Amino acid sequence: MLIVASPLIFALIKATQSSAQVTGPSLLPGLNVLANIRAAWEGAGLGHYMVNSAVVAVCVTVGKTVLSLLAALAFVYFRFPLKGLLFALVLFTLMLPTELLIVSLFDVVSGSLHWGNSYAAIIVPFIASATGVLLFRQHFMNIPASLSDAARIDGAGPLTFLGRILIPMSWNTIGALAVIQFVSAWDQYLWPLVIMQTDSKQVIQVGLSKLIDVEGQSNWGAVMAGAILAILPPVAVFTLLQEQFSKGFALGQDK
Amino acid sequence: MYLSLVQPSRTTARRASQPEKPAAPQTHAVFRGRALPWLLLFPSLLVLAIFSYYPAMRTLRLSVFRSNLIIGNEQFVGPANFAELLSSPVYQQVALQTLVFVTLVVTLGLLCALGLAWLASKPIAGAKFYRLMLIYPYALSPAIAGTLWLFLFNPEVGPVNAVLGHLFGLQPRWLDNPLLAFGLVVLAAVWKGLGYNIVFYLAAIQNVPAEITEAAEIDGATPWQGFWWVVFPLLSPMTFFLLFTNIVSALFDSFGLVDILTRGGPVYGRAGITTFLMYQLYQDGFRNFKTGAAAAQAALLLLLVVAIVLMQFRYGNRKVHYGA
Repeated sequence: MLIVASPLIFALIKATQSSAQVTGPSLLPGLNVLANIRAAWEGAGLGHYMVNSAVVAVCVTVGKTVLSLLAALAFVYFRFPLKGLLFALVLFTLMLPTELLIVSLFDVVSGSLHWGNSYAAIIVPFIASATGVLLFRQHFMNIPASLSDAARIDGAGPLTFLGRILIPMSWNTIGALAVIQFVSAWDQYLWPLVIMQTDSKQVIQVGLSKLIDVEGQSNWGAVMAGAILAILPPVAVFTLLQEQFSKGFALGQDK
Repeated sequence: MYLSLVQPSRTTARRASQPEKPAAPQTHAVFRGRALPWLLLFPSLLVLAIFSYYPAMRTLRLSVFRSNLIIGNEQFVGPANFAELLSSPVYQQVALQTLVFVTLVVTLGLLCALGLAWLASKPIAGAKFYRLMLIYPYALSPAIAGTLWLFLFNPEVGPVNAVLGHLFGLQPRWLDNPLLAFGLVVLAAVWKGLGYNIVFYLAAIQNVPAEITEAAEIDGATPWQGFWWVVFPLLSPMTFFLLFTNIVSALFDSFGLVDILTRGGPVYGRAGITTFLMYQLYQDGFRNFKTGAAAAQAALLLLLVVAIVLMQFRYGNRKVHYGA
């Protein structure tokens, strides 16, 4: 257990030490945590990167949730031509991770859309989610059909039904999905690295690595403080939505 | 990550819903309206079309051209890019390294995660706390894992060498020695994946009915026998699912780790020892500007992913035990 946690513990300790201690063998926590955080936050502009990452991760998470809910509503509660084919098309995108498409996606986003300097480049391509559509569809299909029958008989339209009945019944799934989507959006590295031309709009994952670019000259106390800061938001989201995460995936049911 | 959560939710949901399942999905289709379902689907389909399908088509097209993004010229070369790649000793070495890397990361990662999840599932004092602590690394990104390990194993100022130097007078240059660097990247990737794997193993272990393990105990099975012959087979669907997600994440998510920790190096033979397929693709696409070569590599990787996913669907439902 300790061995597994040791890299994080090391990082936590080193983030509190002064620059002289950081490079020495001392493993005693120091008192320099605020100085290190300030060095990372202001000196290296990490605060900026953190805000950018937060904007991107929140937009992607909200976008994915809304678009997936709407799509799942169409797939479960409507009959229309080509439904099977369209569902297969959505499903198939699971096999097309961004990393694979990176060369052409770069052409499209930077060349055709001229988004190289805009947040849109790191948000819009990710606001549709096959995983989300699948999970919501699965969840809706387990909701008794009598509910939607009743709603229709009472004269409720599909959007009213979605807002009044489906969403309140789906908080666990929404929460669970929000966790994995927030974490994966926050953790993006390769795509922002290649697409984002404006440093002031760069995300934390890439921004942090800029702190260590100067070989041997890095202020490691500040880097470790920055790394810890960068882990906090996903950890906070995870802690906040832990209950929903477990229930939404039907995980960890002791009985 | 993309493939990640589909399979277990499918199986758990199916298991949960089976008893009252005679209601076919069609009975849900109650709302009328011809345009509305299309309107609801439109945003998702549009985004997927522009940012998934169109780039995928373009990648396939680019892979049969020799083009240069900077100069902007293009020349049809048919399968020449593929032929060049497959006969290139560098690419062969990179492919072999990737195979070794993926095999090691997936095997070690799953074994460690299973062991830790098994220990954490025991009813011990503070188990809830341990479980939470084990799950948290899930929030850790490859880039941050790379940053932490880069400092830990820094030859001059890193804590690991400080301790090794203090105790044994050893100061290995971790990132300059090919064998050490490769081992380090493998360990870092295993460590990074632990949180995710433990989450799912823990859930699967907790779903094993207590009567079964108790029965094994009464029949005189040692804890090890009980685990190996009773619990482990019941976990096979989860193992199978994790096997595939881990292969995919070792192929793609390891990029951030490699880029920060080793930048693909140190050189061994004809290429950097930690240059794996995804890192090579990035190098050719964005550093060497060999767009055609990069597109051909993407097309080959796409084939690999499709094969992996098809295998997952084909064998995932048959050869493994899915519980009662």
